[in-house]
Amino acid sequence: MSQDIYVLIEHLRGQVAELSYTMLAAGRELAQGAGGNVVAVLLGHNAKELGKDFAADKVLYLDHALLADFTSDAYQKALADLIGKDQPRAVLFGNSSIGADVASVLSMRLDLPLVSSCRSFTQDGKFVSQICGGKIMAEGELPGPTALVTMVPGGYQPDQGRSAAAPSITEAPVPALEALRVALSKYIEPETGDVDISKEPLLIAVGRGIQNKDNIELAENLAQAIGGVVCGSRPVIDQGWLATSRLVGKSGKHVKPKIYFAMGISGAPEHAEAIMQSDTIIAINTDPKAPIFDVAKYGVEGDIFDLVEVLTEKVQQAK
Amino acid sequence: MNIIVLAKLVPDLVEELTIDPGGAALDLTFARWIINEFDDHAIEQGILLKERGGGTVTVLVPDLDGADDVLFTAAAKGADRLIKLGGDFNGVNNHALARAFAAVVKELQADLILTGVQAHDDLDGSAGPLLAECLQMPYVGYVSGVSINDGKSLLRKEYPGGLLAEMEVTTPAVLGIQAAEQPPRYVAVSKVRQAMKTSSIEEQDASSLDPCGGPTVGRMFQPEAAAHATMIAGSPDEVADKLVDLFKELGVL
Ligand SMILES: Cc1cc2nc3c(=O)[nH]c(=O)nc-3n(C[C@H](O)[C@H](O)[C@H](O)COP(=O)(O)OP(=O)(O)OC[C@H]3O[C@@H](n4cnc5c(N)ncnc54)[C@H](O)[C@@H]3O)c2cc1C
Ligand SMILES: Nc1ncnc2c1ncn2[C@@H]1O[C@H](COP(=O)(O)O)[C@@H](O)[C@H]1O
Repeated sequence: MSQDIYVLIEHLRGQVAELSYTMLAAGRELAQGAGGNVVAVLLGHNAKELGKDFAADKVLYLDHALLADFTSDAYQKALADLIGKDQPRAVLFGNSSIGADVASVLSMRLDLPLVSSCRSFTQDGKFVSQICGGKIMAEGELPGPTALVTMVPGGYQPDQGRSAAAPSITEAPVPALEALRVALSKYIEPETGDVDISKEPLLIAVGRGIQNKDNIELAENLAQAIGGVVCGSRPVIDQGWLATSRLVGKSGKHVKPKIYFAMGISGAPEHAEAIMQSDTIIAINTDPKAPIFDVAKYGVEGDIFDLVEVLTEKVQQAK
Repeated sequence: MNIIVLAKLVPDLVEELTIDPGGAALDLTFARWIINEFDDHAIEQGILLKERGGGTVTVLVPDLDGADDVLFTAAAKGADRLIKLGGDFNGVNNHALARAFAAVVKELQADLILTGVQAHDDLDGSAGPLLAECLQMPYVGYVSGVSINDGKSLLRKEYPGGLLAEMEVTTPAVLGIQAAEQPPRYVAVSKVRQAMKTSSIEEQDASSLDPCGGPTVGRMFQPEAAAHATMIAGSPDEVADKLVDLFKELGVL
């Protein structure tokens, strides 16, 4: 048993995820209250040097050829062993393609409590989770003895999880990784598409509020008039109304245009996290309580279908 | 190939959400329940697999308002077996659900269990991986494409930025579906009505609901935003004029 806060570092093909730095910052807040250390847990193969900028008191490094790339089965085995032996106060995972595959399974396997979608901790160590598309927060005591927590971005600055001084790195034993049921075959590179939305200065973004594929034309017309490019939220891409290369969000691209013009997008956390670096966000939504208005600089409570054609015309005239 | 899909009902976020007087839970008295959108993708993925490789699709839903609708819609799309799980599911966490589902699913001899990758009201992880561990099956989530051959499932797992990983998983397995290979098919209301006549819903009871492993919520609240947009009001014509002025000010016109 210790009061240490373990943070599972996520990395893919040599790149540490921003969320891991956010979690190191969160871990610091929690460790200060609990009176323990922040311990970064790094699983990989020949990947020790990834730990050199972690703002952690210590890095525990588990090296194994079968940990070179993430697979749920191998990570679960290695972590079950480590957490079972060390019994830290909490283990932070990303609420992500890596962390979410691991945390729930470990909760059942080790019989430890799990809190998901945590955004921050209070000074007295309570968890604050973000649910219902960002519309509701849930707060409670961090359960014991060892709490497993999955974290979403937004509560801490990733830069606070970086440090110029390299932390001490200790190798930790890896249990036998036998009879694994999940194996990586290969990576498939992202579709490049015709444009790279992460570099475009003017984005006209559409969400589910656009209703159907035919209506995409309204956005295309506005984009053409103003000299921008159309992109969209996940439902729009999943419905096949726009190409995957146009997806903005957690699973798509992060963007930083001069203007992000969002039509019929609610502003769910998975979308919002990827547009925060835009210079100016302008949003149109029929719902005055849509969370997009909390991140937008300008908002219009209104209907896409009343506004867009008029706006397109006026933009054309103004040129 | 025996495919099982777990579907869940969640409060529609388009409706106003309110906190109950106790202050630690949502007030769901007037909630409009809809299928978790990722489950719609899971059902679609199940039916696609059956169309390609044969087998059966069983859809399992807890007994909440709207459950019959979800089941008959799935039947109209091609699901073979519909099961409604009885029990008091109001406010039940995913640990309890996973344990209850595990007991039912065990009997069904599944080759593949599909769930939505997550739901917007989770506080104790997703049911999929919790269930996988109860059943001692492997789990992979964030999946957007599955095929099956030779007792193995080949799937595509999503990473940020559009990167995909192709992974091989031994079956039986539980997969958390983020998106089906094609958009969930549309079925006409008339076909759903027809399914109501031709298919039947089996009812099973959840053994017990053991929530151990989930957190206790002390307080729920609506977040106070650090900032709010400056709202532009007026008729569409006036709003458009103001937006054009704004575009000029921002130097793009
Ligand atoms: C693991 C995971 C990863 C995800 N990754 C992403 C991602 O990369 N990108 C992403 O976008 N989402 C992602 N999501 C999904 C995300 O949670 C939301 O479901 C999604 O962003 C919602 O998209 P939306 O705003 O278009 O739709 P909705 O939330 O349905 O919002 C539609 C909005 O349109 C408004 N509206 C309706 N009609 C009109 C009209 N006529 N005029 C004006 N407004 C109107 C409504 O008021 C509503 O606010 C992910 C989810 C998960 C679980
Ligand atoms: N109450 C439930 N009934 C049926 N399926 C569920 C339930 N809870 C979760 N699931 C399944 O697990 C998926 C993930 O939801 P959740 O576990 O809430 O993240 C859902 O999309 C369903 O497929």
